Amino acid sequence: MIPGQFDYHRPASLAEAVHLMATLGEDARALAGGHSLIPMMKLRLATPAHLIDLGGIGALKGIRRDGDHIVIGATTTQHDLLASAPIAEALPVLQEASRLIADPQVRYLGTIGGNVANGDPGNDMPAVMMALGANYRLEGEGGAREVPAAEFYQGAYFTALEPGELLTAVVIPVPPAGHGFAYEKLKRKVGDYATAAAAVVLTMAGGRVATCRIGLTNLAEVPLLADAAAQAVIGTDLDDASLQRAAAAAMAIMQPAADGRGSPDYRRHVGGIMVQRALKRAAARAS
Amino acid sequence: MNDMTPTREEREARLEGMGCKRKRVEDIRFTQGKGNYVDDVKLPGMLHGDFVRSPHAHARVKAINTEAALKVPGVLAVITAETLKTVNLAWMPTLAGDVQMVLADGKVLFQNQEVAFVVATDRYAADDGINAVEVEYEPLPPLVDPFKAMAPDAPVLREDIKDKSDGAHGPRKHYNHIFEWTVGDKDLTDVAFRKAEVTIKELISYQRVHPSPLETCQCVCSFDKIKGELTIWGTFQAPHVIRTVVALIAKLPEQKIHVISPDIGGGFGNKVGAYPGYICAAVASIVTGKPVKWVEDRMENLTTTSFARDYHMTTEIAATKEGKVTGLRVHVLADHGAFDACADPSKWPAGFFNIVTGSYDFPTAHLAVDGVYTNKAPGGVAYRCSFRVTEAAYCIERGMDILAQKLNMDPAELRLKNFVRPEQFPYHSALGWEYDSGDYHTAMTKAMETVDYAGLRREQAARREAFKRGETREIMGIGVSFFTEIVGAGPSKNCDILGIAMFDSCEIRLHPTGAGIARMGTKSQGQGHETTWAQIIATEIGIPADNIMVEEGNTDTAPYGLGTYGSRSTPVAGAAIAMAARKIKAKAQMIAAYKLEVHEDDLEWDIDGFRVKGLPEKFLGMKDICWLAYNSPPPGMEPGLEAVSYYDPPNMTYPFGAYICVMDIDVDTGVYKVRRFYALDDCGTRINPMIIEGQVHGGLTEAFAIAMGQEIHYDEAGNVLGGSFMDFFLPTAVETPHWETDFTVTPSPHHPIGAKGVGESPNVGGVPAFSNAVNDAFSFLGSVHIQMPHDFWRNWQAAKDLGLIREPAAA
Repeated sequence: MIPGQFDYHRPASLAEAVHLMATLGEDARALAGGHSLIPMMKLRLATPAHLIDLGGIGALKGIRRDGDHIVIGATTTQHDLLASAPIAEALPVLQEASRLIADPQVRYLGTIGGNVANGDPGNDMPAVMMALGANYRLEGEGGAREVPAAEFYQGAYFTALEPGELLTAVVIPVPPAGHGFAYEKLKRKVGDYATAAAAVVLTMAGGRVATCRIGLTNLAEVPLLADAAAQAVIGTDLDDASLQRAAAAAMAIMQPAADGRGSPDYRRHVGGIMVQRALKRAAARAS
Repeated sequence: MNDMTPTREEREARLEGMGCKRKRVEDIRFTQGKGNYVDDVKLPGMLHGDFVRSPHAHARVKAINTEAALKVPGVLAVITAETLKTVNLAWMPTLAGDVQMVLADGKVLFQNQEVAFVVATDRYAADDGINAVEVEYEPLPPLVDPFKAMAPDAPVLREDIKDKSDGAHGPRKHYNHIFEWTVGDKDLTDVAFRKAEVTIKELISYQRVHPSPLETCQCVCSFDKIKGELTIWGTFQAPHVIRTVVALIAKLPEQKIHVISPDIGGGFGNKVGAYPGYICAAVASIVTGKPVKWVEDRMENLTTTSFARDYHMTTEIAATKEGKVTGLRVHVLADHGAFDACADPSKWPAGFFNIVTGSYDFPTAHLAVDGVYTNKAPGGVAYRCSFRVTEAAYCIERGMDILAQKLNMDPAELRLKNFVRPEQFPYHSALGWEYDSGDYHTAMTKAMETVDYAGLRREQAARREAFKRGETREIMGIGVSFFTEIVGAGPSKNCDILGIAMFDSCEIRLHPTGAGIARMGTKSQGQGHETTWAQIIATEIGIPADNIMVEEGNTDTAPYGLGTYGSRSTPVAGAAIAMAARKIKAKAQMIAAYKLEVHEDDLEWDIDGFRVKGLPEKFLGMKDICWLAYNSPPPGMEPGLEAVSYYDPPNMTYPFGAYICVMDIDVDTGVYKVRRFYALDDCGTRINPMIIEGQVHGGLTEAFAIAMGQEIHYDEAGNVLGGSFMDFFLPTAVETPHWETDFTVTPSPHHPIGAKGVGESPNVGGVPAFSNAVNDAFSFLGSVHIQMPHDFWRNWQAAKDLGLIREPAAA
């Protein structure tokens, strides 16, 4: 439980960080909250030769409104999200999800950028970002680009990030006023990853679902956008048959691993239940 | 008397003696981060050791190449079995009469087994060194399932003893067999089963778990070459035993070994045994001439040093149609891992599992335990219980519920019908114990009335109907458990560890100003001895508890004792404390008689001093007696006021209790909610009610963890799963239920103050209460027994196996 040798860098600007990432190559890892990386280093499952601490870059931290988008800097912590009035008003689902991440001590350090960029299927924010239709801003020496959350994840710990690139911000379209939302997470205990979790963002019109997006956490080696499940409820009043159809459609794309949380059968089953519960709760909140 | 004279109540209160909710004096340092633990010991020039461990469950070690490791900056030495052979320490004796590899000698027998010990100037260098050691393995077929251990074609695990027909506990039936232990009358029991109107038979397994104390196992060893003395600071629950064992195996004179247990961050049985880390650190210190520290990390702790349980108990009960039990037959298959390193008194290979008749008047019983080797970590410690008592309590308490179900009888009613009755005490059980005292009916009845048991059953009946009608997906379980513990090991006639009788001790030395110091052979790991031991002395000899300093854990200053585990401290050392105090009191009475110019027999004890009978104004307080004892003792009497007592208990003590758990389970997710948990404990005389309540809270929380989630699981290849707190269930305050505590008081008739011990009762009684609640919830659907742990997944699986789970309709 002791990490190997590494060099530590603390750049003061994004340009400097990006330059370090480019020059140090694959031996370098960016360090934000460290809650995924440092345990991996202690187990020597990760042995980076260089750690580039992003904590000294002011521009990477903070929440701002940019037209009809909210832009959250990569080193903004889960605690910052919970304390933010603009987030409370525009993106309350982020607060609901943040409260289900680990415990207060972890949330003081754990960042939104680290949570979405690491590619750990157990992280909660990627599914929420998919449900919100968020984009990730990626910056390298070659410039900046935006990639939709729904296209970012390629495999466990494999993402669209190119070598030398940093995820610098999450850009989220502000959902319409009166939208409904829910993040339903089944876990064994405080601090655990999800056995199964579902994020729902929807709007209602005349008692029926007008728009809906559903994200799934820890039910495959990547977070999932459950399109067919969402389609199954659009236009319905979320009657029991529609909810069951949505659950069945979501379960059809789940491929959970067997682990201490349960068998694949169990995780898929409760995944379906999380979808139904999230839909019901989101609808009840919508106006 | 004037107005300033304290009243009797004020004098009593000032003592803070037995029965007082005295605040824990040790918490001042613990809550401020000022404790002094092993890892706080930092000596000049101290080196750090760490282990290369096996990735395989079973493999031959073909070669160990240490060359690259020795080139790592800071690495000073790499110790292997070959090094240890030069000092005859490649293997060490276990507490159970077996031997255990200190470092892999030719093969490895469990994953994470210690293979080499790297010694370096700091922990970082040591870890770098570990990664540079090259070990060549040839994998062998692993033996994981204990039920296959004695198959004719099972892999040979212990090549060192494969041809030995006898083990430490008699004949062996197979090369992977360790012992068979039988108790009771087989023939009579067979007759009882033949004649029985009703019988049950069920395999009840108690999964492998781990005590997982907050502080892991660790030590610092420092060998002084000039003096030839070895000092060991360690997380030892039994420091004197460690000193003796070191003297015996390292061939050092015992007076030149100093064992110090500083503050200990929880033990729960994990810190009773001797581990390879201790031996390697000691050898490394002798080799390098410098102090060497070894500190386990969490994964090492969970996967190597001392698991608990892993008992597979085939349980049979015979009874009449009316529900009167007539016989008990239990066979246990005990998975001991790669070496038999159980921490039991030496003559008890399955601990006190023969308490398995529990609180019930079984006319006859028979027990057989087979211990086997598997490719798993060694251990088998008493995790917050007396030796194998929690396994026994789980076995009988599940068995009684299964019998009740078969008889269609209420489980509480079945228990009441079969309890040992108050007039039967001292009660001789069919498996050989003499229960000292008990009043089971009173305790059970009080518990049932407090929770409105009849009302709960009515609610449950209504909710079961609602479930059947499809109105709810929640089922309700009521778990009843009534346990009898056996603690206070133990009487020298049947208890020893490696030949050392299991007495305990106390030395009290009073100072001239009415204060004093007391030392014991026990060692607190969080139990609060510094608080409670002083309370016993305060009541016995009238010196305020605040004026008594309690010191434990230094073998140079403390009298010899067998340490703290198995709830033995109060039954054994607690008695020694009272007996030492009474010796002091007897001398104090002589001093008082001389000073008050009366005969000793004319004095009576009055809270904090002696009073002349019939002359209430003639009084001499203990504070004054202390001064006189040193400065003007009666002519012919030695000055001073101190005493030592070594106490060999005449019998064990038998705490008991009634626990009731109410739980709701959502069958669709398996998620449970503990709605209510009521725990009534009878531990005899209560020394500090606040500490008792804290002990019960802690023990129940561990019981909850075990029943509802903990498991050290191995896959088919022998890879250990659940080796971190990500997967090994350690509940937080969020998951932990609310505890309601209660008590009755049935003093032990043979203990000087009537106390029985309580620390482990809540674990012993708690596990079956939780498991019975889960099983009771499912019982109306046709389920008989669901194995632990009852985590969400397994609860759902149980519901699925009963056909209760529906997949959502796709169209």
